[in-house]
Amino acid sequence: MKSNDVILQTVTRLMTFIILSFAVYLFMAGHHNPGGGFIGGMVFAAGIVLLLLAFDLKTVRAGFPLDFKFLAAGGVLLALGTGIASIFFGRQFLSHSFGTFHLPLFGETELATAVLFDVGVALAVLGTALSIIFDIREDISIWKH
Amino acid sequence: MSWLHLLILSPFIYTILIPFLYKSFRRIHTGWFVLPLPLILFACLIKQVKIVAKGSVLSYVARWIPSLGIDFVVYLDGLSLMFGLIITGVGALVVLYSVFYLAKEREALHNFYVYLLLFMGAMLGLVFAENVLVLYLFWELTSISSFLLIAFWYQRKSSCYGAQKAFMITVAGGLAMLAGVLLLANITGTFSIQEMISQFSLIRNNPTFIAAMLLLLLGAFTKSAQFPFHIWLPDAMEAPTPISAYLHSATMVKAGIYLIARFTPIFGGSMLWFWLVTGVGLLTLFWASLVAIRQVDLKAMLAYSTVGQLGLIICLLGIGSAAFYYGTGVTEPLYTTAILAAIFHLVNHSTFKGCLFMVVGIIDHEAGTRDIRRLGGLLNIMPVTFTLAVIGGFAMAGLPPFNGFLSKEMFFTGVLNASQFGIFHLETWGKLIPVVAWIASIFTFVYCLIFVTRPFLGKHHPQKLEKITREAHLGMLISPALLASLVILFFFFPNDLAKYILYPTMAAILPGFTAIDSGLGPIRAWHGWTPELFMTLGVVTAGLVVYFAFRKWPRIIRLPSRFTWNALYDGILEKTEELSGRVTGSYMTGRLRDYLIYIFVGFIILTAGTMVINGSFAFDLTTNSPVLFYEFVLFFVVIGAAVLVLRGRTRLASVVALGVVGYLIAGFYVILRAPDLALTQIVVETVTTVLFLLCLYFLPRWNEEKPEGFRRFDFVIALGVGLTVTSLALAASGNNLFDSISWFYEQAYELAGAKNIVNAILVDFRGFDTMFEILVLCIGGLGVHTLIKLYLEGRKTK
Repeated sequence: MKSNDVILQTVTRLMTFIILSFAVYLFMAGHHNPGGGFIGGMVFAAGIVLLLLAFDLKTVRAGFPLDFKFLAAGGVLLALGTGIASIFFGRQFLSHSFGTFHLPLFGETELATAVLFDVGVALAVLGTALSIIFDIREDISIWKH
Repeated sequence: MSWLHLLILSPFIYTILIPFLYKSFRRIHTGWFVLPLPLILFACLIKQVKIVAKGSVLSYVARWIPSLGIDFVVYLDGLSLMFGLIITGVGALVVLYSVFYLAKEREALHNFYVYLLLFMGAMLGLVFAENVLVLYLFWELTSISSFLLIAFWYQRKSSCYGAQKAFMITVAGGLAMLAGVLLLANITGTFSIQEMISQFSLIRNNPTFIAAMLLLLLGAFTKSAQFPFHIWLPDAMEAPTPISAYLHSATMVKAGIYLIARFTPIFGGSMLWFWLVTGVGLLTLFWASLVAIRQVDLKAMLAYSTVGQLGLIICLLGIGSAAFYYGTGVTEPLYTTAILAAIFHLVNHSTFKGCLFMVVGIIDHEAGTRDIRRLGGLLNIMPVTFTLAVIGGFAMAGLPPFNGFLSKEMFFTGVLNASQFGIFHLETWGKLIPVVAWIASIFTFVYCLIFVTRPFLGKHHPQKLEKITREAHLGMLISPALLASLVILFFFFPNDLAKYILYPTMAAILPGFTAIDSGLGPIRAWHGWTPELFMTLGVVTAGLVVYFAFRKWPRIIRLPSRFTWNALYDGILEKTEELSGRVTGSYMTGRLRDYLIYIFVGFIILTAGTMVINGSFAFDLTTNSPVLFYEFVLFFVVIGAAVLVLRGRTRLASVVALGVVGYLIAGFYVILRAPDLALTQIVVETVTTVLFLLCLYFLPRWNEEKPEGFRRFDFVIALGVGLTVTSLALAASGNNLFDSISWFYEQAYELAGAKNIVNAILVDFRGFDTMFEILVLCIGGLGVHTLIKLYLEGRKTK
């Protein structure tokens, strides 16, 4: 399913960066403002879906040479790992902590272990969504022939 | 977390490394990397022997689920220490043996050692667990790892059959045991075994005492392959021989014995427990030794002999349980000898049976068969292996100078004592126990003799074997040789073993027991012309007669194959599958419409039913906020779009209309000031609409369906769902059945440092939910992947 829509392709080239950056912003903002791992991951996936609509599978695959199943599994493992890590600090499973730290460039910054968990959520959502979409897309390209 | 917790968890942690070690160092056998772990664990436990021998008990607590009273408590006393030493000690020898048994070029070693370590950790957890639920968890984990190990050569059909059978029977027993311990926990109000033991009189007077006992015994008997659940063990012999030596003779099958020993202080002293444990053990011993002499496969013979020896130990524990007839347990030698014999024989069995299994492994490895009809004359070819077989075999037969002789004599003492107890109608029926035990011992002697003589003596027939037989590699001989030297060592120094291992174990079973004033004399090989000695002499004489006559016997004991326990198991399995197939087939019609009907009808019944029962139809609209103009607009547009979904002329139109409904719902969220929800809804709607459009590709051509007229049934369901949801929404604000919990979440900034409450709930307060949600999502993704990939591969092969 090779698309030759020039307008779509041109707009997509520009838009994808905006969408992907927005996804990262949403993820980072989640702690204090609307956003978070689930939304961030989903928006990221939506950006790649747009790429898939505008370009063919091969091109997009070349841009993301990842096995998304592993990404999803890695996300789940990361989330689980943050939960288990808290046991080693003598706390209960999945208890989080936070604190403010003075970092160079950022100044006073609040860091929370919950964000690590959220990274896991984002990766799991992103990986699963993309894995499904790529699978179906691949299926279509084979179906056509 | 204490060192003992780490000891239990270390095999699990180590499993993570195994696949990487296997991949990175293909030229080194993975077993070499595994070997240090059981050695270190063994050394750690050996250090505790002296402390425990002095009578101290170690216990450590790690909080696990404190809200449910489930803590990961570990408890180190004589009993668990003895098991721990066997698990790690035999484990180390088995790993060493497997290095030479499994070729690194051919076998999936990473799987093998991961399963093996999984088992080792589970078994350690089982014996050190003090909490019954933790015990159950590890109990089932041993079943699972045993399943994986039996099916290690999963290409063979018989391996899969054996694995499934072992799994079915032991897990079914495990579930019964779970019910049993839950009953106990219900009576005593605690999950701690030691606290249960301290409340034993409360348990004995409870009406569910018998039920709890039967359920618990079911678990123990299935795990330890007692009659009639013994059928899984011979089929489990499809596992690689190191596994048979480890799981199916030295450790896992003894878990049932551990359970019985552990719970003897609670149940001991009741007549039913005495007769069930003693009777089943004795029956098993008798039956298994009778069946064992007919086997032609060496490993099957050992499997039945293991079943029999386990029966012997369980029978002794049953006899010893009479000590609890008078309260917390008397410590007179009349009763306690049986318990000492049980423990002693358990240790001995681990040594000589482990050795024998390894000998069979060597024969199998070098000669390519285990069939005694094809083997013979190996004495000249494998002199070392023959020596080991003689040591192990004669120890099992109960001959001096091997440790089996001592424990066998004590076994006879134990069964002879039983008729002198004067309780439980033993004065009449008790006479039967020594007789049955003696006859079973004759057959035990016979199969030991067959095991030692048939493969090694007689004529060698190289033409019957597939390869040229040689003596085994030195590395393969080390482990059985070490075990064989223990067999002899324990014969000459039984009292040192007793002082450090056996008496502390007895103290763990019998609360009042101390080694000093136990009244038990030192264990002696020669104790005069006692009845026990005459029994042994009788066994040898009768055994030799049976052995030489046996060759001429026709196969006298053979049940028609329809009436065996195996046939019963197969029949039950087949019938259950058939029944479940029929039941499932009756409602899984493959039509989406039917499934939707189930879902909607179920929804109406559950939701509306609950509302009717609670009388929730009182609608209180006073606290509702007024409906704004925008909301009216959105409302009508949503309804319009929903109608369009149904009436759309093309699929594309319907999909787009569905998307419109979704986006408009997001609009509601915006108006109601829920930006997180709105964002999520918009993104999810976008992605699903695109997915939906992609999937349109696969649907068959759209056929204009002729309207089938008015479907009354569907209309009623649709109306019901609509009414239920509407009344639910209206009733929601009018029925405050519970106090609000939202105040807790309002502290998000103080508790989680997050100003966004929604996200704080997702990742922190309800983190557990989120974790499972992403797990489910991930599994769903894998499901889609598998479906599509399987379909594509199917197309390619066409």
